[in-house]
Amino acid sequence: MGNFFKRLFAKPDNQRKEITVPRAALVQASEASTAPLDENQIEGLTRAHRIEPPQLVVGMGRNQGRQRDNNEDALFAHTATISTSSATLPLGIFIVADGMGGHENGHIASDIAVRAMSNYLFKNLHASLFGVHPEPPQESLQEIMRQGVLRAHEEILRAAPGGGTTLTAALVLNSQMTVAHVGDSRAYSIFLDGRVQTLTRDHSIVKRFQELGQITAEEATVHPQKSMLYRALGQGDSLEPDVFTAQLPQPGYLLICSDGLWGVMTEDELFDIVVSAPNPQMACQSLVDAANDAGGPDNITAILVRLVE
Amino acid sequence: MDRYQIQEVIGSGGMGTVYRARDTHFQAVRLVAIKEMISNIADPLVRKNIDQIYERESNILAALRHQSIPRIYDYHTQNDRAYLVMEYVNGRDMDDLLTATTTFFPEEQILNWAVELCDVLEYLHNHKPEPIIFRDMKPSNIMINQQNHVVLVDFGIAKVFESGSKNTMVGTQGYSPPDQYRGEATPAVDVYALGASLHHLLTLRDPRLEAPFSWADRPIKQINPNVSDELVAVVEKALQYSADDRFKSAAEMKDALLSVARRTGTLIHSGMMSLPTGSSSTTSRGVKALWIFECEDEIRGTPLYYGGGLFVGCYDNNLYALDASNGEFKWKYATDGGLPGRPAFFDGNVFVGSEDQRLHVVSARTGSVVWTYFSDGPMRSSPRIAEGHAFIGSDDGYLHAVNVSTGRASWKTEAAAAIRSTPCVTSDYVYVGNEAGELLCVDFRGNVKWRFKSKRAISSSPIATPEAVFVGSLEGTLFALDPQSGWTLWRFRLGKGTVSSPAVSGKMVFIGASDNVIYAVDAASAKELWRFTTEHQVSATPMVYKDSIYCGSVDGHLYCLEMKTGRLKWAFATEGPITGSAVANEDIIYFGSTDKKVYALLA
Repeated sequence: MGNFFKRLFAKPDNQRKEITVPRAALVQASEASTAPLDENQIEGLTRAHRIEPPQLVVGMGRNQGRQRDNNEDALFAHTATISTSSATLPLGIFIVADGMGGHENGHIASDIAVRAMSNYLFKNLHASLFGVHPEPPQESLQEIMRQGVLRAHEEILRAAPGGGTTLTAALVLNSQMTVAHVGDSRAYSIFLDGRVQTLTRDHSIVKRFQELGQITAEEATVHPQKSMLYRALGQGDSLEPDVFTAQLPQPGYLLICSDGLWGVMTEDELFDIVVSAPNPQMACQSLVDAANDAGGPDNITAILVRLVE
Repeated sequence: MDRYQIQEVIGSGGMGTVYRARDTHFQAVRLVAIKEMISNIADPLVRKNIDQIYERESNILAALRHQSIPRIYDYHTQNDRAYLVMEYVNGRDMDDLLTATTTFFPEEQILNWAVELCDVLEYLHNHKPEPIIFRDMKPSNIMINQQNHVVLVDFGIAKVFESGSKNTMVGTQGYSPPDQYRGEATPAVDVYALGASLHHLLTLRDPRLEAPFSWADRPIKQINPNVSDELVAVVEKALQYSADDRFKSAAEMKDALLSVARRTGTLIHSGMMSLPTGSSSTTSRGVKALWIFECEDEIRGTPLYYGGGLFVGCYDNNLYALDASNGEFKWKYATDGGLPGRPAFFDGNVFVGSEDQRLHVVSARTGSVVWTYFSDGPMRSSPRIAEGHAFIGSDDGYLHAVNVSTGRASWKTEAAAAIRSTPCVTSDYVYVGNEAGELLCVDFRGNVKWRFKSKRAISSSPIATPEAVFVGSLEGTLFALDPQSGWTLWRFRLGKGTVSSPAVSGKMVFIGASDNVIYAVDAASAKELWRFTTEHQVSATPMVYKDSIYCGSVDGHLYCLEMKTGRLKWAFATEGPITGSAVANEDIIYFGSTDKKVYALLA
């Protein structure tokens, strides 16, 4: 906890070694484990000394869970920072894929998905990002993300027929992220003021029943078809991924996770664990632990990203 | 299988391949289609079970006799493969037709196909002893033969064969009803899927690319106004969420379709200007101008409303000041050129660019000149005022930053091509397009931070949000660019080029184009939300006011559309093309037309 409060209440004059946490605030914060940060805390955080260059800090968790025999989830995370006199560019590629249960090729499909997607992104962005004389990419970022998903889809059809997987991928450039999504893994924006926004829309039939008001949220969690997807990589001839651009939550976190995590935890629980952990790495381990404590019915995968600036 | 001479592969899908072959048993050329299905099920017990089901189903199919069902000649299984030999259908599947078409299909054509499809479903559903449920009605399973009749291909038999480990996907997403996802196979399932196929045919919107059961989000008439209300009602009934609310049978649906054909007869619907049924009773006739003011030449630009006054540039070279409440003339100020842009207000003065190469600054109260600033080309861009400067482009190829108090340029940035686009100023940067197709991002010292290149001129004026800079191009694209790097976030294809500028409200972006259309696009995902087709090019910039979009067209109308749906609320006719944008204040809409008049309407 020490680092977190150090960061939270760090003096603007960069005296990092001194922990000058008002006792009352510390007690209040640790006790109020289910409440959003209070205004003083947020102010303390947002006013914390500037970190230069702005950089992405990432944590990951991946666990089989308590009830599955294998782990069909896959993840990919990559960060880089270019900081020169001409530009400062924090960059990240984050992918979670959840191979579909019951499919022989589920784990292969998720494996191919993260590799094909990341491979496509690097190929198509390499010159623009890392070239000696960088030029913007010819295609739009959304088109590159969409094509990456379609390549992964085709690759699964070819190499692992019958296999299916979800895919939720975020390309972060500066404070902007372009997200491509198929299936029921999720991306969340977690803001330090307590807001938790689900950025993606589950392509599950139960979610659709729920959107149409045919069943309630409570009914959805116990519905027999709750993991039935109407859209997945490796399934069907045509595939239309959801692709959109959004601001990276600031101050806050981007969380990408499989349903093994979000299926057993409320948004409040996600928020509490994320903001009370000392860093994103520990936060992800705590998220995995919490999902296992809740029964661990499925594979658990989480990527947590924070832009520090 | 020696009997069949394979000629070519005519299709392949997830479960196998379809070949065209010649049946060598017959002297005359008899062509057959051979469907080869490969099983990847390892468990021998499951395999045996499936083989039995397959054989039983094949037997059933072989006994079917209907003009819209290909005859089954033969079937057999061999190791992990199963073969089905059937009548070869010479034609194209409907999915191909849908992909190939650029215009809507005539309603009569769709009606004919629909009646035939109901007929074959009726036949299948009445099969004894057990009804046959097709389970996968969709355009790619419907062939149109040389005689323009429908033939159903790819029967549920394939589904039986490929059952087994697949339990995450059922039917074809987009065409299948909710009850099918629950594992039900009733006639109502086929009725729904037929409704979904008809919806696809009528709107050309592929339901596989949309969320399931989302028909309400894309009403047929909004996309294709030419469809008769009667046919829409039939399709909507077939697409009811609850099976009980659909047609009881394919026969009942066929009757409904036949009565549509009788009632509508030969179908002539102009559609363009007609109001959708059930919309508000306000019509074009109901909208009256509060006042009209006539100038001496065309008005191509946009008025400025400020403090009870309306300021309008005109091609008679004058800037007019009118009383916004009643249209009374207050003063006019003469320049030596046409005024194509929109005036700006700052500190008691009105700023306007003129084709006489000058930026004119006049007192809003009296119309007397305060100062003028010369550039080396006509000023067709409009001034934007921020940080103590007026930012304006010129045909001289420079973006000018003119100090508002001294009237002198603090800097000018070379754009290398005429600037007719109006700058967009944020707290960090100035964005402006040029006729060479570039969008420039310039900082407040005049340094170019980035240049974005489009293939054709950017006369459109950019608009920036923290997420993106939006701008249209003559190459026929609406772009969303990253404000920091200038990288393209997304591009949205317009039917033709555009000089219209985007307008933004919440998560929606609006823009007109030369293909006569006003588009609404989702700002985050670039998905088209709706489109409204006018009768001529849309060069004007849409204006957002309250829940509505106001936009003029070269067809002479000012259109008022519902922001969320694009539905026409009213259209107001003028006597000339409208190229400028409208402005709103306290529920009054002001705009000019090339019929030389300035209009004030109730919003």
